[in-house]
Amino acid sequence: MTYTSAKPPLPETPEQLRARIPGWGADLDPRDRPSVPREVFSPGTTGAHWDLPEQQPELWPRERSIEHSRLTPVFGTAQPPKALSGVLRKYAYRRFSEGRAAHWLILIAADRVDAVESHLASFATLHPDNPITETGVLAEPGAHPIASRRGRVDIRHQTLDPVIVAGPWVVGGWLAFRVARGVARRLRA
Amino acid sequence: MRAMVYRGPYKIRVEEKDVPRIEHPNDAIIRVTLAAICGSDLHLYHGLLPDTRVGHTFGHEFVGIVHEVGPSVQNLKVGDRVMVPFNIFCGSCFFCARGLYSNCHNVNANATAVGGIYGYSHTAGGYDGGQSEFVRVPFADVGPSVIPDWLADEDAVLCTDALATGYFGAQLADIVEGDVVVVFGAGPVGLFAARSAWLMGAGRVIVVDHLEYRLAKAREFAHAETLNFTEYQDIVVEMKRTTGWLGADRAIDAVGAEADGNLLQHLTGAKLKLQGGSPIALNWAIDSVRKGGTVSVMGAYGPIFSAVKFGDAVNKGLTLRMNQAPVKRQWPRLFEHLQNGYFKPSDIVTHRIPLEHIAEGYHIFSNKLDGCIKPLVVPNAG
Repeated sequence: MTYTSAKPPLPETPEQLRARIPGWGADLDPRDRPSVPREVFSPGTTGAHWDLPEQQPELWPRERSIEHSRLTPVFGTAQPPKALSGVLRKYAYRRFSEGRAAHWLILIAADRVDAVESHLASFATLHPDNPITETGVLAEPGAHPIASRRGRVDIRHQTLDPVIVAGPWVVGGWLAFRVARGVARRLRA
Repeated sequence: MRAMVYRGPYKIRVEEKDVPRIEHPNDAIIRVTLAAICGSDLHLYHGLLPDTRVGHTFGHEFVGIVHEVGPSVQNLKVGDRVMVPFNIFCGSCFFCARGLYSNCHNVNANATAVGGIYGYSHTAGGYDGGQSEFVRVPFADVGPSVIPDWLADEDAVLCTDALATGYFGAQLADIVEGDVVVVFGAGPVGLFAARSAWLMGAGRVIVVDHLEYRLAKAREFAHAETLNFTEYQDIVVEMKRTTGWLGADRAIDAVGAEADGNLLQHLTGAKLKLQGGSPIALNWAIDSVRKGGTVSVMGAYGPIFSAVKFGDAVNKGLTLRMNQAPVKRQWPRLFEHLQNGYFKPSDIVTHRIPLEHIAEGYHIFSNKLDGCIKPLVVPNAG
């Protein structure tokens, strides 16, 4: 079939599809769809009553992409950069454009540093991290854990998940052990 | 207030946080009455997206009640029941003025290649999201809409992303009457994309996944044929065989960064984060579609490089179309379809999880347990 000009036949006619599927063909005309044409210049239809939005106050030096010429009029203020992860993040934004792999790889590295920093810091609070409750594994008994996983191909790939979850804890424990051992040796000396 | 908080890969908890405050004259504070967990939230949960900070509150699908408005807000008032598109957008920049609401240039200081998204890392602007009791909503005169009386919260919350994204994905596929459309992924976006393909006159709709319970939903909700890729040695060959060796006319990637089905891609993309995601479904889409066909990419990917089979796309003369959905642009027509009773979005909801148990909800959704397709999050459920 493919080797001639004919298109392979369809199993159902438009009439059959219209009868079987509610709404079949309601958006049949490709020119009459909400995202067609892609760009429609229509300022004034969005609800905006400004040409340029008023500037949100910058309460600390807000990190921004160097592909922006200025701080955007509005920006998120959640989780300002802090500690070593913050230093890495500010460096990634200050030094590398979004076009550079280094920008993103440093940000991902900063995410891992942030997790370790935050886990360690939580132990000095009344609400330390708890990997049992925070991973949600307590949901397993009521969620048909065996039947839900039977015969699935992705299960073997999920064996890496515990490594990703436990990794920061193992590294943190090892660091804590090294620090404690060093302190103990100094005290003995 | 109580809010979901990220504590590192695979770890979240509920914490007490300050109620957000008005930071810009056109801000509103919304009291969240219903939120949802999106499949793309799992990319954050798994630590895949750069600059996801500990303490971040996820959630870009939510509806609620207006709690407070800034001094320049004209279109909303305290007490309004509103739905909020996942896009944060100003309504006036070069891109917004042309309808590209998901590409707004005035709301994301962290990146020019990404618009603003609630609760979606600092790469998407550093805004806390709606899996919490309250959320800051910038540009309240532009993004949120009052929910029509006839629309239930459970249907409205699905219009804020999943339904709008699936519908948009079908539009980007350039479907014309009689087209064979293959949708990779039978999650919420894939189900809505498949259902939307019929609205645009598809002649066949085929959904590909490996989770049988989701394929069953695709047959029932989306009236689609289904293929379980694990039952075939090579899903691309099967796609050719089932389309008379031509290939599908249009393909939609509704999987994104954590696709499974190829060990090397999955390990380097989804687990080790050495790619911006694992483009298995995208590569299957490229190889399954016929020459001259269209691939619509709705799956979310990270900003770094991915091993995409670009040569095949070039040599086959494909059109690749993609974007984050400009949600609000879809609503008027979607509302018509919903009022006509063509389908009910909340039919795909499988779980309703109290905010206090959200860690368990993420675990169930992430591990695809208990037949989970779409979990909703209920603040103040107790």
